[in-house]
Amino acid sequence: MTTMFTPDHEWINIEDHEAAVVGITLHAQDALGDVVFVDLPEVGRTYKKGEVAGVVESVKAAADIYMPVDGEIVEVNEALRADPALANRDPMGEGWFFKVHVTDMGHFDQLMDPPAYDALLKTL
Amino acid sequence: MTAHLLRTPLHALHVELGAKMVPFAGYDMPVNYPGGILAEHRHCRDFAALFDVSHMGQLQLRGDDAAAALETLVPMDVVDLPVGKQRYAFFTNAAGGLLDDLMVTRRADHLFLVVNAACKEADQRHLVTHIGHRCTMVPLPERALLALQGPAAVTALAQLDAGVADLTFMTGGDFTLAGASCFVTRSGYTGEDGFEISVPADAAERLARALLALPDVKPAGLGARDTLRLEAGLCLYGHDINENTTPVEAVLTWAIQKVRRPGGARAGGYPGAAVIESQLALGPKIKRVGLAGLEKVPVREGAPIVDAQGHKLGHVTSGTLGPTVFEPVAMAYLAANHAIAHHEVYAEVRGKRLPMRVAPMPFTPHRYHR
Repeated sequence: MTTMFTPDHEWINIEDHEAAVVGITLHAQDALGDVVFVDLPEVGRTYKKGEVAGVVESVKAAADIYMPVDGEIVEVNEALRADPALANRDPMGEGWFFKVHVTDMGHFDQLMDPPAYDALLKTL
Repeated sequence: MTAHLLRTPLHALHVELGAKMVPFAGYDMPVNYPGGILAEHRHCRDFAALFDVSHMGQLQLRGDDAAAALETLVPMDVVDLPVGKQRYAFFTNAAGGLLDDLMVTRRADHLFLVVNAACKEADQRHLVTHIGHRCTMVPLPERALLALQGPAAVTALAQLDAGVADLTFMTGGDFTLAGASCFVTRSGYTGEDGFEISVPADAAERLARALLALPDVKPAGLGARDTLRLEAGLCLYGHDINENTTPVEAVLTWAIQKVRRPGGARAGGYPGAAVIESQLALGPKIKRVGLAGLEKVPVREGAPIVDAQGHKLGHVTSGTLGPTVFEPVAMAYLAANHAIAHHEVYAEVRGKRLPMRVAPMPFTPHRYHR
């Protein structure tokens, strides 16, 4: 399993642990509505798991993007900055937010696998 | 969680249309349909959008003395309002603050009032307490209220009754729409041409379906209603105006007719008149302004506004990314000496200072049918 989920409705794909990809889920973009702005972190900055690393804003609300693991930002999605609606159109693909060099792989195991995340969605 | 929420007569239709329902002023209301707020907003600016605003309070004031009695609670000219004409009004308190804003229409044998959902019970108590001895207040809970807004609204509604095309902005009349006796005014809350339709609750869904069957009409929720009214520079009660803001501070003095101002035949005589008259003469300390963002970051309610040195000038009361103008738009109260068009100020958002400019409102031109 290379894609895991957080209770904050983010996903992280760990295929390359030096550049794990982070984004928001289909559910998150649906709950937010039309995304009009993203505030992305600085490349090179390190965050602890749970720290606010960015912000996603729709017409009606702003939501924090939390770091799902400890790590260093190695790349941000400039295409998303230019076209925030990518987060609505393709949240699990082209609408990714940033890539992280994961410094503590132990955190990855604490995240939810797809069946666990689906179970969470069913409770909402 | 939603069990205690009230439902409008169109609730089942909203659910059927796939609306995202949210609690609003005690009602379970559609914030948007599957197309989303941006698409609904643009459809309203380009074609016609149908809103359910049945949560708002509708009521009548009956009796020969009703207009003069209402003038003791609002600084508006109601006595001389001709039959069929509608007027924007607000209830004031003793400090000159705003208890609610409302629409008043003079009908042949009564005054028809539309008030905000969150204020309707307090408004009704206010009316009965202060003028209940001079006129009769009749709430209309058995009526729904629909708003059809946008440049195509007139051609759409005229398919149900061609007579509606003869109404001009802020006038109203009786029409039969989809078999139901309706009271229609040419008014709204989007800055566009359009209509508000008071319809018996049991006919509301039939009328809504008849309108939605027309090619130019699509449903829109409270989310688009909010972005549309903000671009149109229209205040939202409880956010841009409240009991602590006066009409002078809110720059709503255009709504106070000459006859109710100092020197007018029926000057004063409403709660807080002394405060409001003093502010009219001397100018207010703070003023509501429009702000346009120079960066793409939305600036929302509560954001502090500061000058280049970081001194606080005021705060934002409503804000979003304006879907038509495609830039951040906001309303804010600023110290009056900074409330100058094109003046540059800064909004503090997440520890950053974002440049904004004091902008004339509306942000998008009104397109009323006068």
